[in-house]
Amino acid sequence: MNAQSKIDPGNGAPSREKLVVVGNGMAGCRAVEEILACEPDRFDITIFGAEPRVNYNRIMLSPVLAGEKSFDDIVINTAEWYDENGIALVSGDPVVHIDREIGQVVSRSGRVESYDRLLIATGSDPFVIPVPGHNLPGVVTFRDLDDVDRMLAAADKGGSAVVIGGGLLGLEAAHGLALRGMKVTVLHLMPTLMERQLDEAAGWLLKNELERRGQTILTGADTAEILEKDGHVSGVKLKDGTEIPADIVVMAVGIRPNTQLAKAAGLEVGRGIVVDDHMVTSDPAVLAVGECVEHRGACYGLVAPLWDMCRSLAAGLTAQPRGYEGSVTSTKLKVSGIDLFSAGDFSGGDDCEDIVMRDASRGVYKRVIVRDNRLIGAVLYGDTADGNWYFDLLKKGEDISDIREALIFGQAFAAGGALADPNAAVAALSDDAEICGCNGVSKGQVVSCITAGAHSLDAVRSSCKASASCGSCTGLVESLLAITLGDDAVESGPKTLCKCTSFTHDDVRRLILEKQLKEIPEVMQELHWTTPDGCSSCRPALNYYLLCAWPGEYRDDERSRFVNERLHANIQKDGTYSVVPRMWGGLTSPKELRAIADVVEKYNAPMVKVTGGQRLDIFGIRKEDLPAVWADLNAAGMVSGHAYGKALRTVKTCVGSEWCRFGTQDSTGLGVKIEKLTWGSYMPHKFKIAVSGCPRNCAEATIKDFGVICVDSGYELHIGGNGGIKVRATDLLCKVETEQEAMDICIAFIQLYREDAHYLERTAPWLERKGLDWIKGELFDDPARVQRLGDRFRLSQKYWQVDPWAGRARGAHRELHSHLAEVRPLKLEQA
Amino acid sequence: MSDPVGNWLDIGPTTQIEPGTARTLPVEGGDEIAVFHTMRGEFYALVNKCPHKQGPLSQGIIHGDSVSCPLHNWRISLRTGEALGDDKGCTPTIPVKVDAGRLFLLREAVIGPRAA
Repeated sequence: MNAQSKIDPGNGAPSREKLVVVGNGMAGCRAVEEILACEPDRFDITIFGAEPRVNYNRIMLSPVLAGEKSFDDIVINTAEWYDENGIALVSGDPVVHIDREIGQVVSRSGRVESYDRLLIATGSDPFVIPVPGHNLPGVVTFRDLDDVDRMLAAADKGGSAVVIGGGLLGLEAAHGLALRGMKVTVLHLMPTLMERQLDEAAGWLLKNELERRGQTILTGADTAEILEKDGHVSGVKLKDGTEIPADIVVMAVGIRPNTQLAKAAGLEVGRGIVVDDHMVTSDPAVLAVGECVEHRGACYGLVAPLWDMCRSLAAGLTAQPRGYEGSVTSTKLKVSGIDLFSAGDFSGGDDCEDIVMRDASRGVYKRVIVRDNRLIGAVLYGDTADGNWYFDLLKKGEDISDIREALIFGQAFAAGGALADPNAAVAALSDDAEICGCNGVSKGQVVSCITAGAHSLDAVRSSCKASASCGSCTGLVESLLAITLGDDAVESGPKTLCKCTSFTHDDVRRLILEKQLKEIPEVMQELHWTTPDGCSSCRPALNYYLLCAWPGEYRDDERSRFVNERLHANIQKDGTYSVVPRMWGGLTSPKELRAIADVVEKYNAPMVKVTGGQRLDIFGIRKEDLPAVWADLNAAGMVSGHAYGKALRTVKTCVGSEWCRFGTQDSTGLGVKIEKLTWGSYMPHKFKIAVSGCPRNCAEATIKDFGVICVDSGYELHIGGNGGIKVRATDLLCKVETEQEAMDICIAFIQLYREDAHYLERTAPWLERKGLDWIKGELFDDPARVQRLGDRFRLSQKYWQVDPWAGRARGAHRELHSHLAEVRPLKLEQA
Repeated sequence: MSDPVGNWLDIGPTTQIEPGTARTLPVEGGDEIAVFHTMRGEFYALVNKCPHKQGPLSQGIIHGDSVSCPLHNWRISLRTGEALGDDKGCTPTIPVKVDAGRLFLLREAVIGPRAA
């Protein structure tokens, strides 16, 4: 190509220096562009390139391989560009020698060119692992257009491809070959794909997706040799003996700076050609730029640093002081349909804080890493829209404390003073912008649902389903409510379970069943809890909801229990405990009373008291003594009274027809039966029962959660009473004729309460919230319902009607009752 | 001090305290200490007394790096001992270190006078 065909106004001027560029790649040409931009007339420029073509965008080779782009699409500098700028391009003829003494380069064809300034931009070479067979025909690298042509030729014949290397380049090659119809296996030495760019979670999502697309991904795969048949590659053998057939093997394990020429010329070379901040090598007349250089100890294999280097090079040449200070790099995988971004440091550490957002249904994983209120790393999978924004924050090192809360939601939510006005960013979204990924609801749909009358988050959730599944878009929906209605007109919905979630108790209970969530961390992950492990409000609630939803399957989490339920005793203000053994229906015996008396004396309990629920409460027991106390009580046949639990507390009775001259039925006997049936059952809150033998109601059944009043003709069943802060008399639920019916409805009612009420909601407020008619309807509209509720109650009792004291008395959970050690300072001083 | 080992009191292997739980260490003539192991795996030690009504913090529910007192649900930072939210008060903290799988408390903080 001859650059002299155009008229150059500066041509022939004696002051022009001669610049020779070795390398016609992205770095060499970009550097020339930068120089031309600063001083268009300073140099006569000659560029030598090894490839027989103009400069093209090497990082777009993957889309060419995948058939998504053609070579013409990825050309950066056309022949006209070289012409117009008076550049002589010598292509397909690499420089093979540099003579620095006389300032000349020599090309392979023997062409000699003198220089005043030399720019080396030889890039990097693919690293080929030197296993047996590595130079067989059919083993290719992935570096230039010729490699792509070789892969395309192989793909035309079909068959199997093995890609060695599960990094960025290897996966892009694998993707292209798979799209071209080859059966692709990726071999990766490390356990995680792209381990330099991705953490384990994102690497796992990526592997899953690639496997779903039909690729075979073998991690921890160490190549032993490349197999040969008839002089051509036939497969790859791993060190574990596995053999994988292959018609083509792509080596994509990494690159190394191409420094041979510079080394031979005696320039200082480390891993790359050593340059200063203005890209000057150890010879002031020789510059170097791109992947072939080593700057401040770092070599780069990505394109962004290259642009920075070229700017600094031009600045240095043209006597502007701005030097190169190194680059922070980011990575995007160019595999269509897979959005993946990583930047900075994501290895974590004690001083780092992770902010994680997952959206299971959309396959989204976002993690940003913060240290000292600055973003230091980001890994995005599935949704990389904010990659550039994070990268920008990272490079600028800005203090993000003001936007920390919203950081993980991305720029639309957090930036541009959006915290002061988070609605502005949402208002700027287009109508078809997706708000709820789970249910595929657009902004337009949410807005029209709001204008149609859904004036609260809850109403939006129930009408168009936005934010009703995982809740991650709750903030967006709240903004839309505020934008559409004005801040004041938004109706606050039912209270959320706690500050860790945007969901209400009802939502959480429903979603636990719908999504089959079976562990506390799973609920927190799937429902996007905003705290790592909840709080003292949600943890006990979730523990209860799971226990109720999955009886026999869910393993109770002691750490999510209030201390009383963990220690099966009631903590008192001085940190000691009180112990209440069960006395069925309020009946006791000399043996029980003796055992209680003995315990009081043996453990120096300062007080024993008769409780309102007709039990004896032993006060002042130390946590260390509890197991021994229980062992003694167990020995007398007594079990835990659950006076400490959100559970069935007591069944209080009067003496009934057995003794009382007014008694109509055996209220004591029925009370004992009900207590034997229901003890040990956990509830949303404490639950008290009483059975009175006549309407005089000596057992005070009408201020209990469930009360039975015996009458001549049978039993009146009352519900929703409370004798606490807010006294509430019961409502009459129904009247039945037999003890059996009374017991059946008792447990059906308990089970309905257990399955429906919010955690820490007594039956009285629950009844007022739901209405007596609703409860009656639930229990009696369907004649089989009482039976079904009862069956579920009994199933749960199979697992929970166990005396928790007995296990502890035998030594279970000893750590809850013992100190780590004791410190005696005098001994310590001597030690 | 010249002997760094002597400054730290070995209170046994870290495995004695399950993540998400706490255990106690009575000190003769001093305040009982609560040693916490968070779900995230960090260890903290505080005097086992809520600044509010001296509730045993060791028996509270541990979440994040705070504990909710079992008596009145005050939330106390395990890092600083400060009451969080609207409540005001502070419980003395005791420096903890983990070395080779064992827990150490700063000896002078265990047996000496403590700054709040």
